[in-house]
Amino acid sequence: MTSPIIRDQTGGGGGGFVVELEKFSGPLDLLLHLIQEDEVDITDLPIAKIADQFLSVINELGLNQAADYLEMAARLLRIKAQMLLPRHLGDDEWEDPRAELVRRLLEYQQIRELVDWLGRAAELRAERYGRGYEAPPPPADAPPAPLQIDLNDLLAAAERVIALIPEPMLHRVVPRPLDVEGATARIQALLAKRDTFGWSDAIGPQATLVDVLSTFIALLELAKRSSLTLSQAEPFGPMVIKRATPREAA
Amino acid sequence: MQPLAKLLEAALFAASRPLTLDELASLEPEAGEAAVRAALAALQSAYGDQHGVELVEIAEGWQFLTRREYAETIERAQFALRPRRLSPAALETLAIIAYRQPVGRLEVDEIRGVDSGAVLDKLVERGLIEVVTRGEGLGRPLLYGTTPSFLEILGLKDLEDLPRLEELSVALRRPTPVDEPE
Repeated sequence: MTSPIIRDQTGGGGGGFVVELEKFSGPLDLLLHLIQEDEVDITDLPIAKIADQFLSVINELGLNQAADYLEMAARLLRIKAQMLLPRHLGDDEWEDPRAELVRRLLEYQQIRELVDWLGRAAELRAERYGRGYEAPPPPADAPPAPLQIDLNDLLAAAERVIALIPEPMLHRVVPRPLDVEGATARIQALLAKRDTFGWSDAIGPQATLVDVLSTFIALLELAKRSSLTLSQAEPFGPMVIKRATPREAA
Repeated sequence: MQPLAKLLEAALFAASRPLTLDELASLEPEAGEAAVRAALAALQSAYGDQHGVELVEIAEGWQFLTRREYAETIERAQFALRPRRLSPAALETLAIIAYRQPVGRLEVDEIRGVDSGAVLDKLVERGLIEVVTRGEGLGRPLLYGTTPSFLEILGLKDLEDLPRLEELSVALRRPTPVDEPE
């Protein structure tokens, strides 16, 4: 049950108090609280008084995040106005404008009583432990598990690549056009002979940095044309080059 | 103790959730439901008050739970986590769904007087309610109902364990339709 923090303004008149909004689960909760404070009959609601109190609490709280409360305030004022309208004496057709609100308040009061019951039941259950503790399952839309990269694997891979390059050529500024056509022809020749072969077969012995790049671009281009497929058995594993379809090679 | 009761004891000890009668009966298909029931009753009385745990009927099944008097000590020793409390908003929403299921979000909003979308999502996430069907009418709204986990966290045998509305101190006057004067 909510236990609103109420600071009485001593010396102030009736209804002058501050209530914290978070303590209420909604406008009906606040209304019920005011009704219980005033000890008035819920079925014969003094609507003018309750509406004024409701408005003063809303004003105290500021109006941000309180759309539901504003809607209730408007409803209360409409009922207050309807109660003031003159009605014909002995008019059986007259409906109490408060009826719908009273019905909702009673319904909500019943829910609050159930909340107390459920809260007590949950407390009692929490005093008995079952076997084991099951961690809640991860949400369905969780991101995929992060890749695990071992530093030694990474270094080994780097060494393999570096070993294939005769010497670092970063300092040479000699323009060396990539020979993609040549690499393509070499790969196609390999494809004609073998169904599958590896990356090291494709670049050939003593490959230079330019050869590596040319071969890689040629492989990607041929894969795009569906002449071959590229695959790796595992992340960072050796690349397997496979002839796509027999008729392509023919 | 009978062999069947011992078997049930072992299964209930191994499980970390309540086991239903069907699940327990499937352990020994030849025994039959009546024999399983009898064995459960025997097991329950065997535990009586001689042990630190007891056999409890909960969430349409059976489960060994520690006795209430040890709650504080166990919690203090941090062997087990005490479940987090549900917020008043969550309990309100659960109460409405428990009594009105299957029920759509609009009706929950209407009874609570506030938007309940976020609370409903959280309760679904925690597995306390689930979408059971779709309603008639505009947009075929999702209708929610309670799950076995709901019974479990409240320690209820089944939905019949909830208080009957007639027993509540606040009687809900049968809504006399406002737009239909008598």
